[in-house]
Amino acid sequence: MIDYSKVLSETVRGIKPSGIRRFFDLAAEMQDVISLGVGEPDFSTPWHIRNEGIESLRKGKTWYTANSGLFELKEEISSYMSRKYGVEYSPKDEVLVTVGGSEAIDLTIRGMVSAGDEVIIPQPSFVCYEPITLLAGGTPVFIPTKAENEFRLTARELKNAMTPRTKLLILPYPNNPTGAVMRKEDMEEIAAVLRGTDVMVLSDEIYSELTYGGEKYVSFASIDGMKERTVVINGFSKTYAMTGWRLGYACGPAPVIKQLTKIHQFAIMSAPTTSQLAAVEALKNGDEDVEEMRQEYDMRRKFVLAGMRRMGLPCFEPRGAFYIFPDITVTGMTSDEFCAKLLNEKKVAVIPGTAFGESGEGFVRISYCYSTGHLKEAMKRMDEFISSLKNGQTGASDA
Amino acid sequence: MDKLLQILSANARLPIEDIAAMTGMTAEETENKIADYERRGIIRGYSAVIDRERADDSMVTAVVELKVTPMKNYGFDSIAEKIVQFDEVESVQLMSGGYDLGVTLHAKSFRDVAMFVSERLAPLEGVLSTATHFVLRRYKDSGVSFIDGKIDERSEFGR
Repeated sequence: MIDYSKVLSETVRGIKPSGIRRFFDLAAEMQDVISLGVGEPDFSTPWHIRNEGIESLRKGKTWYTANSGLFELKEEISSYMSRKYGVEYSPKDEVLVTVGGSEAIDLTIRGMVSAGDEVIIPQPSFVCYEPITLLAGGTPVFIPTKAENEFRLTARELKNAMTPRTKLLILPYPNNPTGAVMRKEDMEEIAAVLRGTDVMVLSDEIYSELTYGGEKYVSFASIDGMKERTVVINGFSKTYAMTGWRLGYACGPAPVIKQLTKIHQFAIMSAPTTSQLAAVEALKNGDEDVEEMRQEYDMRRKFVLAGMRRMGLPCFEPRGAFYIFPDITVTGMTSDEFCAKLLNEKKVAVIPGTAFGESGEGFVRISYCYSTGHLKEAMKRMDEFISSLKNGQTGASDA
Repeated sequence: MDKLLQILSANARLPIEDIAAMTGMTAEETENKIADYERRGIIRGYSAVIDRERADDSMVTAVVELKVTPMKNYGFDSIAEKIVQFDEVESVQLMSGGYDLGVTLHAKSFRDVAMFVSERLAPLEGVLSTATHFVLRRYKDSGVSFIDGKIDERSEFGR
């Protein structure tokens, strides 16, 4: 008999499974659960983009592409970064096409972090930065961002977290799960702390197209002096509703991209060809689709935000991504208790804020990637739940 | 199309407060704007999208293609206005292409449709020819799919 606990890597065994997953295994066992949990668009990929993928298969384009991606796609990515964010990247050696933004994050962390290096991770944030840092032998250093700062990272918080061992700062904005967005002035302050150091930045801009309220999104790489130290991560999943196509990219300084390409080459070979060809079409002719979807999300965002406020759950107005992150401490419950009770009593599934870091305690993540009808029913049930708590029909203690 | 009209055309039964939340207006502003749209004839009415088959409605729907001679000074308006009057007629549209007016009819039986076309539509002054097509089944109407069983296949994971 093999003792698997001995053969498996200690680091890997030490990694906690995603808190999102854990909660949803619970919900999956119940009937008639109405979920507000998914982190992906409810739209199908726009037809002209799907069709380009189909056409590529029809024509038999089923080979590998160059390791770093189709040149035509890299050119389109480069022109997109220029026209949208005013940052110039050479398609020759500053763009790497990856299997989703996730792979790009993995490559960037692994490409830079060695044993003993510290990686600064603002939280609440997406669940992958910590385990990948651990796998690379690095030490995660968490910065709990605060609701009173609308979950933005502040210069002071960053300064306090930096040590001579700091290698990399993760900038996860627009943020999952909070919906927070860093404005240009916030980024300028962060940049001022970083200037003159060798600290690198992984700017996870996967939600860059999904911001609301009129302010144009600013890429961290466009801030004076930051391009040379920043790897921008972006992708097609959220922007073009292409999650299942698994396609993302990293843009950064050529010497960095060169090393990341090596890992990618040995671990992955190349991103899926069908997806790359479809993505060319997305970048060429997809702007209108993106704007349409963005407006639809914006409408739902306002709808759910109004619902939260009606229920009396304090909630700052999220300006990005497709999540709302209300404060549930008025109920006297922890995030976990709140979610379990809401699921058991009203069959509504939301995610505890703690799945995104300890500083998510007291909050829950609500996704609005659902039809208005679905959201309406969920809001109704949540409203009943909150009212029953207020009327003392049910107590926090038995959660 | 204006955001408010988009919302109403997708679901005219949403409460005013919900529509107000979605558009960022107050409930009162929303009411006023809707009233204004109604007054100006931009909103012409509200109706439910009904799956007649499911409702056990044995009525028959037909689409009639009419070729007509436009009247001097009135074009197609004068004949269209006559056709609009009939209760059996659900919609009338001036078309580009192979025929002129597209008329959707709703009647009790195939025979009633045939009678209506031959006795009411065909004899109208200016009508050159008619071609009647019966609707066998509707899969989607007014933007609403009639196909059941669409389930959310998204997994709960994802970033």
